[in-house]
Amino acid sequence: MLAKRIIPCLDIKDGRVVKGVNFLGVKDVESPVELAKFYNESGADELVFYDITASAEGRALFTDILLDVARQIFIPLTVGGGINTVDDFDRVLKCGADKVSVNSGAIKNPKLISEAAKRYGDQCVVLSMDVKRVDGKFTVFAKGGRENTGIDAIEWAKKGVGDGAGEIVLNSIDTDGVKQGFDLEMLDKICSVTNVPVIASGGAGCIDDFVTLFKTLPKVDAGLAASIFHFKEVSISELKQRLSKEGVSIRI
Amino acid sequence: MIAIVDYGVGNLFSLASSLKYLGIDSTVTSDINKIKDCEKIILPGVGAFKDAKDKLDAMELTEPLITLAKEGKPFLGICLGMQLLFDYSLEYGKTEGLKLVGGKVCPLSGDIPSHLKVPQMGWNSLKIVKDSPILKYVSEGDFVYFVHSFYAKECDKSLVAYTDYGTPVTAVVQNESVFGTQFHPEKSGKTGLKILQAFSEVKV
Repeated sequence: MLAKRIIPCLDIKDGRVVKGVNFLGVKDVESPVELAKFYNESGADELVFYDITASAEGRALFTDILLDVARQIFIPLTVGGGINTVDDFDRVLKCGADKVSVNSGAIKNPKLISEAAKRYGDQCVVLSMDVKRVDGKFTVFAKGGRENTGIDAIEWAKKGVGDGAGEIVLNSIDTDGVKQGFDLEMLDKICSVTNVPVIASGGAGCIDDFVTLFKTLPKVDAGLAASIFHFKEVSISELKQRLSKEGVSIRI
Repeated sequence: MIAIVDYGVGNLFSLASSLKYLGIDSTVTSDINKIKDCEKIILPGVGAFKDAKDKLDAMELTEPLITLAKEGKPFLGICLGMQLLFDYSLEYGKTEGLKLVGGKVCPLSGDIPSHLKVPQMGWNSLKIVKDSPILKYVSEGDFVYFVHSFYAKECDKSLVAYTDYGTPVTAVVQNESVFGTQFHPEKSGKTGLKILQAFSEVKV
């Protein structure tokens, strides 16, 4: 049986991890390479890098970092942020990424997913969705959660998978940052309309939240989080030990 | 020196990086003379079986690679590179493989329960059925990283390890000095590195 995946997410800006990292025992606390190594050592199953750099110079720094990480970390790497064209896919795949995640780019360019899936295979294309309840309806937001697109999240997920997205990252804006647990209702809804792996994101505050996630929704394949790992509120190795004890299939 | 066969299929960066990380010399090449000079050969690959086979044929690598493998040069196929070792594949019609390992490549869908997703993408554990030099540093139950929609079957004679994905899925095969892994050792963390290390130590 496939193991459930635990995925730390690193937001990179101008060559550094942002979202303030407060690491004890790691020398250069904001170095993405050091942090990636640390997560790799602690048993992360995959790493996600988001490029939140605005400038071209920052973009070049980001590619350098990817290369640096990919030279030293031999687990799957997913890259997102500013992916608008198939050329953007090409750029990050050449730097060692295994999967590329699209978000606003797929909203702007409806052909992006199908073109990328055709060239690189479904397994390479991840649809990342920022979703919020608006008048009781799950609605897709763009531009880092700032812009209401009016798109129905259920339809968007179905279309994305139909076009060739091989995986979905579902980030609930409603639970993000609240640390009261994952958005189980939203995840259940998206899982019920897709047959590709779904990664839960937004809301994890403690180990129990992951236990609840995988126990309640066995269809969810992975749990993603950022700050609780960065701030060492949750240690990946302890989390995985606990999940294993609870009978969840996990790579120790 | 290990030759990583470059035939335009997939990204070889991680594979070359992992060998470098282990301090193992390798060269990424499509030049058959260079490949002949190397002590070992790795045949990587992602994508569709027929495309990959057509490319090997077009680059006139198929026959020389078969000859080198049969002469006993240690040979490792990874993912689609492993599938190419078999007699044939049924991915989009029947395509002949290199016939270095007996068996055929078939779709996962149809052979696994419908609630399981295809491709199998993620970490799954190894069930070892017999000793092999390539697994000398690996233990029963170690997890490795799979991404695939097709799998090899009817290869009991060469089966070294399988993984459970609703049905036993061929994970590692060996026929004399020809080895194959369905998963990606270059993406399988420490376990994957141990497998590459072990392959580099296989005696010629």
